[in-house]
Amino acid sequence: MPSSVTESVSIRSSEDVVRMRQWVRARAIGIGFNLVDQTKIVTAASELARNIIEHGGGEGHVQLEVVTNNSRNGIQLTFEDKGPGIADIEQALKDGFTSAGGLGLGLGGAKRLVNQFEIASHVGEGTRITITRWMHT
Amino acid sequence: MERIPILKMGKFLLITIQVDMHDRLAMALQNDVTDMIVKTRAHGVMIDISMLDMVDSFIGRMLGSIASMSRVLDAETVVVGMQPAVAITLVELGLSLTGVRTALNVDKGMELLRSSIERKEANGAVVRD
Repeated sequence: MPSSVTESVSIRSSEDVVRMRQWVRARAIGIGFNLVDQTKIVTAASELARNIIEHGGGEGHVQLEVVTNNSRNGIQLTFEDKGPGIADIEQALKDGFTSAGGLGLGLGGAKRLVNQFEIASHVGEGTRITITRWMHT
Repeated sequence: MERIPILKMGKFLLITIQVDMHDRLAMALQNDVTDMIVKTRAHGVMIDISMLDMVDSFIGRMLGSIASMSRVLDAETVVVGMQPAVAITLVELGLSLTGVRTALNVDKGMELLRSSIERKEANGAVVRD
């Protein structure tokens, strides 16, 4: 899966989340995502970036890559924080699970909005989540 | 500080969200809406989200809490103008906006608010003013 562009932004505040959304939207439009696909990847990104602020120690970064697979374009986003980590990933992916008083849709919801979802987390070290959404052909 | 304007239209308040919301803006809006309901004795709140190109669980939660707070203050809330791509994404995300009434556009939203207020008045609920 060769990649063409890699960019990164840091997430420290909810204003950063808003800016990141606009950035992901612009890239999605740039490679020709339709409106529904744009909205899905932007919404998933918003949930995961907000997770960094609310659960991931309040600071982290998002990396964006435009990826290609069999001449199909996609967007791959990686969210990384050095927060407390997630002890039980399976539980964290369930709808309704929350540790910050929210609706608890973040991880599971974001997973449903993308084609690929990978999570690696170590307690006391942090969390890395990679999502990919492919363009409709 | 940046704020989302709230317009008074007869018995109703109209809020058009035109900016991508961050936390402080959302919190300020909740406070402003509840203040305005009390100050203007509004019976209904209409929130136009036709300019929003995405609604995540944070914004969904905010819409839900504005609806709940308004209900406690005896005002109905209706959210209008959701874009189709936003609706598709919301459902897949798992957000059903429970407790938030929705209408396709401002006209339909206005009808909904009017009819629910008329129903209340017919049931003999206390009417302000």
